[in-house]
Amino acid sequence: MENKTEKDVVLSVKDLRVWFELKKFGFGSSGFVRAVDGVNFDLHNRESIAIVGESGCGKTSLMKTILGLYKPREGSITYLNKNISKFQKSDLKWYSSQVGYVQQDPFDAIAPFMSIRKILEEPLIINGVKNKKEREDRIRNVLDEVRLTPVDDFIEKYPHMLSGGQQQRVVIARAIILQQHLLVADEPVSMLDASVRVEVLRLLEKLQEKYGLAVIYITHDLSTVRYFSERIFVMYAGRLVEKAPVDDLLANPKHPYTIALLTATSEPDAANAKVYKEIPPGEPPSLVHPPPGCRYHERCSKKIEGLCDVKEPSEFDVGNNHLVSCWLYK
Amino acid sequence: MNLFKQFKQYPTAIIGLILIAIIIFIALYAIITIPYEEAVRLWRGNEEDTYRNPQKVPPVWVNLFRKDKFPESFSIYLTDEENKEVVVEDNSEDGLINKTYTYKFDYNYSTYLQEIILYGRNSFQEKQPFIEAFIITPDGRNIRVVNGGMSPKYVFRFSQDSKLKRRVKSDAIKGIFSTPESIKNESPELLKGEYTLVTKVRSFEENTKISVELVAHGRVFGVAGTDHLRRDISIALLWGAPIGLTFGLIAALGISILTMTISATGTWFGGFVDLLIQRITEVNMMLPFLPILIMVGTFYSKSILAILGVTIMLSIFSSSIKTYRATFVQIKQSTYIEAAKVYGASNRRIIFRYMLPKIIPMLIPGLVLSIPSYVFLEASLAVLGLGDPRLPTWGKLINDAHTNGALWNAEYYWILEPALLLIITGFAFAMVGFALDKIFNPRLREQ
Ligand SMILES: Nc1ncnc2c1ncn2[C@@H]1O[C@H](COP(=O)(O)OP(=O)(O)OP(=O)(O)O)[C@@H](O)[C@H]1O
Ligand SMILES: [Mg+2]
Repeated sequence: MENKTEKDVVLSVKDLRVWFELKKFGFGSSGFVRAVDGVNFDLHNRESIAIVGESGCGKTSLMKTILGLYKPREGSITYLNKNISKFQKSDLKWYSSQVGYVQQDPFDAIAPFMSIRKILEEPLIINGVKNKKEREDRIRNVLDEVRLTPVDDFIEKYPHMLSGGQQQRVVIARAIILQQHLLVADEPVSMLDASVRVEVLRLLEKLQEKYGLAVIYITHDLSTVRYFSERIFVMYAGRLVEKAPVDDLLANPKHPYTIALLTATSEPDAANAKVYKEIPPGEPPSLVHPPPGCRYHERCSKKIEGLCDVKEPSEFDVGNNHLVSCWLYK
Repeated sequence: MNLFKQFKQYPTAIIGLILIAIIIFIALYAIITIPYEEAVRLWRGNEEDTYRNPQKVPPVWVNLFRKDKFPESFSIYLTDEENKEVVVEDNSEDGLINKTYTYKFDYNYSTYLQEIILYGRNSFQEKQPFIEAFIITPDGRNIRVVNGGMSPKYVFRFSQDSKLKRRVKSDAIKGIFSTPESIKNESPELLKGEYTLVTKVRSFEENTKISVELVAHGRVFGVAGTDHLRRDISIALLWGAPIGLTFGLIAALGISILTMTISATGTWFGGFVDLLIQRITEVNMMLPFLPILIMVGTFYSKSILAILGVTIMLSIFSSSIKTYRATFVQIKQSTYIEAAKVYGASNRRIIFRYMLPKIIPMLIPGLVLSIPSYVFLEASLAVLGLGDPRLPTWGKLINDAHTNGALWNAEYYWILEPALLLIITGFAFAMVGFALDKIFNPRLREQ
C-alpha cells in the first residue's frame, strides 16, 4: 500500500466539523462549541506538518478526532483510502496500531502505577503480540531508540522516578512501539524544561526520518516548527486559514493573522508567551456564535468593509503550493 | 518494601498488626483443632459432650486471683484398673464380678461442688448388676450414698437423690462436705480434708461388663468457663474468630470491589448507565439497612450466608459510589487513558487496568477499617437473636449471656470474654487502618 509514490496521501481530511454540545442541566442543548469548523487538508506519506494557532483555536480537538477519540459532526477523515467513521471492529484494531499519540503533559500521559516496562507492554498485548520474549525485545529496542539507555536502568522504573524529558521519551516510545505510520504530537515539548525541548524535538525528527513517519506536530510556538516540518497550517477559530511550505510561510506570510503571529515570535528577546498575548490584539471570537464572514475580521487591520464581515473567504492559491483563506488574495 | 519501612513509624500500627496476627492465629487454631462439623456438633450441647461440664461456671484461671479457691471439676473412671489413684479389691468368683474401688481425693476449697455424678455402663441379659457407694469424710463419718440395681445406662446424681438427702439432713453435697454440727446453720461450716469414695459393684451373670465413672462438677471449668447448657465457652471463643473474620473480610472486600467496579463502570460509560447507578444509589441510601437485615433474619433466613449476601447487596450502592465517582471522573480525563484508547484498549481493560488501580491506594485504608465494622455487624445481629443458629460465635455468646441474665448473676466472664475479643479486633484493624491511611493518603499526615 505505502510503496507507490513517495508523496502518496496518507490522511485526507475533508470539510471536517467537530462540535461540542453545550448541555443545559445535563440535558437539552443550548448551542454548540464549534471547535473544528470546516477543516480540509491532505497529509502525504513521510510528510511532516505543523499546525499552529493560539490557545483554544481547536488544534487538540482536530487531532483527537483524527485519532478517533471524538466523532466528527460533519465531513470525513480518510486514512489510506478508508473512512475512519465507517470503521468496523477489525478496522479499528488495525487503525489503533497505525497511529501514535504524543501528548502535551508526559506525566499525565503515562499511568503512574505502571512500570516503564508495563507502560510499553500494554499496546503490544492489546495489539496481539502474544510472545512474551518478543514483547520484551521490542520494549528494549524502542527504549534504546528513544535513548533511555542503559535500558536496564529504566525498564523497571516508575514514571515518578523520571524527569519530564525522560517521561516524554517514554510517551514517544509508546507512540512508535507498534511501528505506527502516523504520529500526532500535540505540543510535545511545551510542558518540558527549555533545556530538554530541543533534544526531544531532535529525537522526533530523527525517528520521523528513520521510520518515514507521517507526523502532525501541533504547537503554538512558531520558533520550533523548523525542526522537522515541511508544511505549516495556521489555524484560527476552528479553521485552517493558511497552508504553506515552512520556508515559504515564514519568509512570505500572507494572512494578516499569520503575519501578526510571526511578528510576535520574531521579537528578539521577548518572552514568547507574553508577546503572544499582545499581538495580534483582541480576543479570538466566540466558537459558539462565530462572527459572520471571515472569523478574523474583528481583529484584522486590513479588513474590507462589506466583504470580510459578510462572506466567508474561500481558499486562494497564491502559488508555490501556498493556500490562504483571505479576501485580500482573491 | 518501603511500605513496611513507613509502617514502622507508627508503633500503634505495629501493635495492631500483632493483634491481628494473634486473632488470625486463634482462627487458624480453631479451624485446625476443632473441625467445623465438630464445632457445630459440640455447640448443640448434647449430653454426651457436656456431661462432665458444670453449668455456668467461670474459667479455672479466676482462681489465680482468689484467696478462697473455687473447686475445680474432675472426673475419673473408677473401673479403669490401669489407674493407680484407684485401689481395687477383687473378690470375683466364677466369672461373677465382685469388686470394691476405693478412691481418695483432697478437698480444700471453700465452696461446695456443684454436683457429683456416678455414670455406670453395663451389659447384662436378665439379672441387673448391683452397685453400692459410700463416702468416708475427713471426720470419719461413713455415709451411704447409694445401693441398688444398675440399669444399662445408669446415672446417679448426688443432689437429686431424696434418700441421700434424708441421710445427711440437708442438700446432699452440702451435707457430705460440711461438719455435721453446723449443718442446721444458715451457712454450714465446710469440712476440708481427704474424702474417700468406696464403690462396690457385683454382677450375677457371667460375662457382664461394668464401668463406673465419677464426675464432679466444680465451680470453675476450662480456659473459658461454661454456659447455661454446660457448653464449653472456649468453643465459641475460638470459632468466633474464623467466622467473624471471614464474614468481615468477605463483606469488606466484596463491597469495596463491587462498589469500586460499579462506580468506575458508570463513570466510564457515562450517560444512561451512570444515571441509573446514581439513582439506584440515592434510593438505596434511603433504605434503612439494619431494619431490612432484621426483617430478612426474621422472615427469610438466619443463615450466615444469607445475611452476608444481603449485607453486601445493601452496601454496594452506598455513598462510596459517589465518593469514588468524583475520583473516577478525574481519572477518566487523564490523558493516559486517552492514550490507551488510541492504542486500542477495550472498555473492560480500561476500567480494570487503568482506572481501578489508580484508586486502590485510596481505598485500602477504608477497606481495612471497615473489616471490624462488619465483624461487629455479624455480632450485633447475633446479639439481637438473628445469628446463625448453628454457629458458635462471639455475638451468640453475648446473646446467650444476655438472655440468661449473666450480668444479674454476676457471670461477667460470659459477656466479657467475647466482648473483649470483639474490642481487640476492632482496635487492631483500626490501628492498622489509620496508619495505612496516613501512608497512602499522605495529605492527612499533617493534620
Ligand atoms: N470535550 C469538550 N467538550 C466541550 N468543549 C470542548 C471539549 N474539548 C474542547 N472544547 C472546546 O473546544 C475549543 C477548542 O479546544 P481545543 O482543546 O481543541 O483547543 P487547542 O487549540 O488545543 O487549545 P490549546 O492550545 O489551549 O491546547 C475550546 O473552546 C474548548 O473549550
Ligand atoms: Mg490543545
